[in-house]
Amino acid sequence: MSDSHNHLVDNSLSGKIKQNTGVSLSRCYQCGKCSAGCPVSSDMDFPPSLLIRKLQTGLPEHEEEVLRSKSIWYCLTCEMCISRCPMEVDIPPMMDYLRSESLRLKKANPAAKNIIRFHKAFLDSIEQTGRLYEMGLIVDYKARALNLTQDVALAPSMFAKGKLKIMPELIKNRKNIKQIFQKTINKKQK
Amino acid sequence: MKLGFYPGCSLEGASREYNESVMAIAEEMGIELVSIPDWNCCGATAAHNLDKELSLSLPARNLALAEEAGLTVLVVPCAACYSRFCATQHELMHDENLHKKINGIIEKEYKGNLRILNVIQFIDEFIIDKLDDKMKFEFNKKVACYYGCLLVRPNKVLDFDRTEDPQTMDVVMKKLGADSIDWAYKTECCGAGFSVSFTETVGRLSGQIVEDAEHRGAEAMIVACPMCHSNLDMRRPEINKYNKKKSDMPVIYITQAIGLALGIDRNKLGLQRHFVPVKLKDFKPYTKKTEVENPQKMEVE
Repeated sequence: MSDSHNHLVDNSLSGKIKQNTGVSLSRCYQCGKCSAGCPVSSDMDFPPSLLIRKLQTGLPEHEEEVLRSKSIWYCLTCEMCISRCPMEVDIPPMMDYLRSESLRLKKANPAAKNIIRFHKAFLDSIEQTGRLYEMGLIVDYKARALNLTQDVALAPSMFAKGKLKIMPELIKNRKNIKQIFQKTINKKQK
Repeated sequence: MKLGFYPGCSLEGASREYNESVMAIAEEMGIELVSIPDWNCCGATAAHNLDKELSLSLPARNLALAEEAGLTVLVVPCAACYSRFCATQHELMHDENLHKKINGIIEKEYKGNLRILNVIQFIDEFIIDKLDDKMKFEFNKKVACYYGCLLVRPNKVLDFDRTEDPQTMDVVMKKLGADSIDWAYKTECCGAGFSVSFTETVGRLSGQIVEDAEHRGAEAMIVACPMCHSNLDMRRPEINKYNKKKSDMPVIYITQAIGLALGIDRNKLGLQRHFVPVKLKDFKPYTKKTEVENPQKMEVE
């Protein structure tokens, strides 16, 4: 962890965060401003400053708790934490990294399943058409979440207000978009 | 005058009134907004939550296409797309290896010469000076300017306005004749992309925002982000449920507010598409202030 040993590979989760995002968690002195300003810390199992504290210990059981936490999925990436952090510990990129690791290692918290389903339905829509197809997204998400009753009243009124398109917008170079997905997210998930 | 334009998916779908009002005021000011040819979705929250390289590649393809089309200024009205574009520009320009890698993934080269403007910067640079000549009405209402997250944060990347108590939107509204109030929730998060997957949280977060604005006497909220708008407008039943009272305070885009002051037809601005009806009326006819009538301003300048 310390700077004098930075020629050694740090295999702790905080070491990987540093390597992949440049965010140094050792700078955090636990003032708690991030947790105070976070709009969803009351929904979280560990508020942001406590997530960092757990990662600072480098203990495997703490790292496991972080990867399996609700917190990393409940984070809205509103960026309030970084704008108030006196040490400029950039929490949002850390959260992004933790989410992708949690997903890769199949450790995502069950409470986050609808959030993840929504993200996946969203990305599938883009992979197919190049742009977000809102009607398709809603149908796809509902089918995945088996939550068919929520928001049913909303779709017809959105449609009446001209806010929902029946047909998707297809971009011309969809091949290019497929390639981008294949070289990034799809590669890692195989 | 021609400027590059990235509408993004929301402005073509659920938030089309934002697009309509941007286009209407641009037309009134003689500005042509040229869309990036064959643009794709920026990836939004879903991409950066799940995969970093994907979240940089999707915006980078758009930036490269804009450059190929010879555009130098890019207007991005959606605050979320704007944030993803600025974050991508920032990351690629500060990391040569990553830049090369992303160019390889998108099979295009983005050189980094675009100037990316959010809607307020667009108004500030190309519209505000012409308002005096074009305004037909004063927006003589008490308003709460709501910035949300992505217009002002992270400051290191955007370098746009103050992260706490920003003022740029208030300046525009004051110029239109509005009384923009001081309030506490200017930059608090509305719940953003959790509108569908985590609706109760959106009801709470947006509920607190609406409650504070209304409590301080705002007659309307002014926004510049389609996610903020849909949460505050379309999710009003959830907001009312959280606040245990009914609020009918409308939420309007800053471009719609400008459009109303310019005397543009309400339907051309898409006001009929809102879930919370926009009943604001009795706007005062605007008379141009000559410089002699406003000596204080001359001294400041």
